[in-house]
Amino acid sequence: MSVSADAHASSSTYRICSLCQKMIFDKETSRSMPRPYSTGPSSFIPEEEIVEAWSLETWAVDPQTELLLAELCSPAGRLDHLTQVMGLHPHYLQAFLRCQFYLLRRDGPLPLHYRHYIAIMAAARHQCWFLVLLHVQEFYRIGVCLEWLKGLQYANEKLRNLNDLNKILAHRPWLITKEHIEGLLKTGENSWSLAELVHAVVLLAHFHALVSFIFGSGINPDSQAPVSTYCTCELTSRSQSEEDTLLSKSPESELESLLERMRKLREEREEEEATEEEMVIRFEKEKKESLLVRSADFDDQMISPSRVSRFVEDAAFGYQDFARRGEDNPPTFRAQDYSWEDHGFSLVNRLYSDIGLLLDEKFRTACDLTYYNMASREGVDTSMLRRALFNYVHCMYGIRYDDYDYGEVNQLLERNLKVYIKTVTCYPERTTRRMYDSYWHQFRHSEKVHVNLLLMEARMQAELLYALRAITQYMT
Amino acid sequence: MEKMTRVSTVLGSASVGGKTMFCHLDAPANAISVCRDAAQVVVAGRNIFKIYALEEEGFTERLNLRVGRKPSLNFSCADVMWHQVDENLLATAATNGAVVTWNLGRPCRNKQEQLFTEHKRTVNKVCFHPTEVHMLLSGSQDGFMKCFDLRKKESVSTFSGQSESVRDVQFSMKDYFTFAASFENGNVQLWDIRRPDRYERMFTAHTGPVFCCDWHPDDRGWLATGGRDKMVKVWDMSTNRAKEVYCVQTIASVARVKWRPERKHHLATCSMMVDHNIYVWDVRRPYIPFATFEEHKDVTTGIVWRHQHDPQVLLSGSKDSTLYQHAFKDASRPVDRANPEGLCFGLLGDLAFAAKESLVAGGAEAGRKPGYPGGDRRYPIFFFKKPDVTEQFAQVASVLSVFEALGGGGGGVCGIGGGVAGGVAAGSRMDWFVETARLYLLSGKPFAELCDHNAKVAKQLNRPQVSTTWTMLRIMFSEPAHLSSSANHNMGKLGTLPLLNSFNMKDLSSGLNERNKESRQDNIHSLETNINNNDVDNEETEGSEGQAEYVFGDAELDDDDLYSMEHDNQTEEPEYTLPQEAFPLRHEIMEQPSAPEPPEKAESPHVSGSEAESACLTPSESVSLISVSQLLFPPHLPPAFFGPVVKEMLAHYAEQGDVQMAVSVLIVLGERIRKEIDDLTQEHWYTSYIDLLQRFELWNVSNEVIKLSTCAAIGCLNQTSTTLHINCSNCKRPMNNRGWICDRCHQCASVCAVCHHVVRGLFVWCQGCGHGGHLEHMRSWLRDNTHCPTGCGHLCEYT
Repeated sequence: MSVSADAHASSSTYRICSLCQKMIFDKETSRSMPRPYSTGPSSFIPEEEIVEAWSLETWAVDPQTELLLAELCSPAGRLDHLTQVMGLHPHYLQAFLRCQFYLLRRDGPLPLHYRHYIAIMAAARHQCWFLVLLHVQEFYRIGVCLEWLKGLQYANEKLRNLNDLNKILAHRPWLITKEHIEGLLKTGENSWSLAELVHAVVLLAHFHALVSFIFGSGINPDSQAPVSTYCTCELTSRSQSEEDTLLSKSPESELESLLERMRKLREEREEEEATEEEMVIRFEKEKKESLLVRSADFDDQMISPSRVSRFVEDAAFGYQDFARRGEDNPPTFRAQDYSWEDHGFSLVNRLYSDIGLLLDEKFRTACDLTYYNMASREGVDTSMLRRALFNYVHCMYGIRYDDYDYGEVNQLLERNLKVYIKTVTCYPERTTRRMYDSYWHQFRHSEKVHVNLLLMEARMQAELLYALRAITQYMT
Repeated sequence: MEKMTRVSTVLGSASVGGKTMFCHLDAPANAISVCRDAAQVVVAGRNIFKIYALEEEGFTERLNLRVGRKPSLNFSCADVMWHQVDENLLATAATNGAVVTWNLGRPCRNKQEQLFTEHKRTVNKVCFHPTEVHMLLSGSQDGFMKCFDLRKKESVSTFSGQSESVRDVQFSMKDYFTFAASFENGNVQLWDIRRPDRYERMFTAHTGPVFCCDWHPDDRGWLATGGRDKMVKVWDMSTNRAKEVYCVQTIASVARVKWRPERKHHLATCSMMVDHNIYVWDVRRPYIPFATFEEHKDVTTGIVWRHQHDPQVLLSGSKDSTLYQHAFKDASRPVDRANPEGLCFGLLGDLAFAAKESLVAGGAEAGRKPGYPGGDRRYPIFFFKKPDVTEQFAQVASVLSVFEALGGGGGGVCGIGGGVAGGVAAGSRMDWFVETARLYLLSGKPFAELCDHNAKVAKQLNRPQVSTTWTMLRIMFSEPAHLSSSANHNMGKLGTLPLLNSFNMKDLSSGLNERNKESRQDNIHSLETNINNNDVDNEETEGSEGQAEYVFGDAELDDDDLYSMEHDNQTEEPEYTLPQEAFPLRHEIMEQPSAPEPPEKAESPHVSGSEAESACLTPSESVSLISVSQLLFPPHLPPAFFGPVVKEMLAHYAEQGDVQMAVSVLIVLGERIRKEIDDLTQEHWYTSYIDLLQRFELWNVSNEVIKLSTCAAIGCLNQTSTTLHINCSNCKRPMNNRGWICDRCHQCASVCAVCHHVVRGLFVWCQGCGHGGHLEHMRSWLRDNTHCPTGCGHLCEYT
């Protein structure tokens, strides 16, 4: 079902096929499920919707963004699909492009080809062929050290050293310790400087998060060759019962009830006072529950050869839940003790000037972006919902906000949405059209893209916080 | 307030006095606060909430407020404040949004008195009113500030910061009703506690969050703010608009700022990240901290002066789980270690040198470096601080000396750049101008070489900026291949360039003539026919009858020009598809005198400088060189790209009074830049420069400039009063049409006295007898004879 028209990530296709084959036996009748969109920027979103958004008059590009867009266009002569989809939120797109442009093209501690190679490494962790291809092309254009493209073991020692950090950051960022940082920085021929490392970390986090967005929005690869073969069985990969629960709820009631719950929460907040213990319990509950939210019964250990595997070492290392049952859990990360605004920003901006401002703007834009409407309703304050999404992602990474009542997450985010969030942030390569469709039936596509933006930024911030905290610990 | 002050002063004298000491805490501290009598300090953090007594020999733990079986989040403190009037009263801000008050007077173990959970998000700051017992203010991440009356269960008023997170709130020390709030978006607001609906005043203090603010304890109007942008700013709020009076740049984002008691201009800061030290600044000396405390191993999170009237003792808590008392006498003073001398090179090659006055006074003469050629120009600038009794800095006076790069070889002082030349050096000698005018090459070489040459000239005259400008022009407008090839050229030629150049100048015309005579003599006969043929061909197009007027010296220059025109065209044509029409006027006028002569000859003045060079200067070779390079390397950056920059640069030079530079560049760049600048400006520059040149009697240069200019108005300057009216030598009547056949008597008027043919090219005649003929014929004749070739018996004289 990974509609992955990006079936590129052939690994996932393969896996899915293997999985659903058995489903096909008992469910052969073809269901009237939506076909994936093979053309257009996204396989989840009809092309017209995106084209329409771009042609709107209101989408007035300011000159600076226009310049960036032109810069982007140059390799392919047109906008890539990612930009097109993100263009549904022009305001954000601007912040995003500026940040990415700065990271990849402007003055920075790392040489240009390193940057693209790090991007390749980061994207390859999640088998994102889209990004790998894009940056392989960029790498070619720079035209040095081309033999690195043969695979990670051909790259120089310095970049290979980074692989460990890449791996941990991508899947279990809470495991990063100052020893990792120390290992990279210790003097030697292939050591990293602090500034270079910060640049690399920002790049890694950026591209890990971007992969989430790409899979979450079902971005089609840019290659002109249409992907002709679809795994038809993917449409039936869910068990019947689950299918029914997905479709049973009438769409109207869904929106209504969500609005109702938001209203209630707002009122309750004034009255009921949850005790300390309760709050802690709620957080723990969400944390635990996120374990149960499993996107599917994928075999965690399954590794399949794929086109990107040459950039991956230790592919078996994947996401593991922050809080595993019956194990000694790492301590919860207290957001108040190490926050982006106070600590992360200061550190990153000190070591890699100006990037802090750009990231800050990007985070702010993503978090504050609102059109004051939900589905068909207008004039809704969505801040509560946005915060719930953001904090839920952080919760899965073990970051806790003292001042947040995690009961809200439970109230606002339905199970299907949680499945989607978990998949998109933790193993994005497994995202499917079905998951995308299964939540918030009435909502517009642009709103779902908005959700993806939030997930992406939350993930990026979480990774950055863990990495930067380790660097801070190293420095003191 | 009055009473309180008195009381505390009494207490102060009794108890305060301390040495540097510290104790370990069990957990990182987030904030500390000291009780009014300076005898106890409270430390609060996520996992700690304790009161320590300050004793002579060290800290002793008095009380642990963190009680209960299960630690509640209400104990997780972001901030703490001890009431300054009631010493039993404490308030904390919790990370979960609670505001808690504590009463130490409660008999039981749990001292918690009230709990306000009105904020939805982390409370960043709590602040008691300095004099009012029951008033407490809080500021939170959710964008609200709330004022609590401790006798009531709820807040009495709420102030909205428009959903921007509040980082700090501070009651004014002097204005009973005023408080300041700082925000995450960089704003600072002033509120009146009685008016919760709207702030009194708002201004943007920093870019990025303002983490802290502090009112000056004595001065009513001063507010210090510190932000993530690493600055500490002091604002004067007493006027209508908040005015920034001081600004201190630190090396990390500023987490806390506290005015130092009893010292009007001192404040202490600590940073949020990276930097662990505590600095005490004198805001009037923002570049170097007055004192530094370097004890902490991790970031300092809380600082407080132990007693509000004692400037000597500072307390601090840190993430490294220690609580320190710093005595001022143990502080390190960066000023003592700072290097009091500064040395810096300026953009224009100047050198500035600052040093303590005492040092300079002793070695003032030594400062004039003996090795420095010529006289140096010093602009001594003295900085004196007004003596201040309370001032603790050593009296400092420093001297700033500026040495200008000197005019060298040419002798005399050279101004640096046009600015100085136009202004300061106006009275001094203008040798550099003359030298430059004489030595500059404006044409006659490939573009890159011209630039190189001129750069070199400028450098020799100690005008580094001008020199650099030339070099940059070359880089901008040359193709890469061209560069390398011209570099090769230069290798061979640079040394001889000035020499070659000097041949162009008027003082050597005689020598040159000698040489030319020699070289031409050889060719003269073979060429004769050619010339005549050419004349016939040109007959139709030539309208002017002025050829005859040219004398040798001028002809030489024209030869150069011919060469240069050819050359320029060759280099430029493929690159610009330069319209030939760009030179219509020039072509006609300039070719006339020299057209009859074959190219080899045109080269000769240059080549003659050194015979060895002649090989590489032959046209055929240079042409092939250029064409090859162009085939191989197309221009990589469109020169048009630099247009605006160069235009600006020229305007700048002209503005500075160095119109010479503007015009020279204009000519050398030619078409590359001409279109960028409007004609009127160009004309203006040209006229100014020509005027200057003529004042310095640089006639040749001025003529060259006129000729090379493309402005119609300038070009016609050297055509004014150049008409020569001649009469027929037979009928003595004016000849109108052509110079050689009289309309009236239909006789050939100007017949060469040697060969008896009509002269259609250069006609030279003796002004005494009026006879003359072909230039070359006359020359050869006069080599052997002194009398007129016609036999009139006149002893002809030619100059």
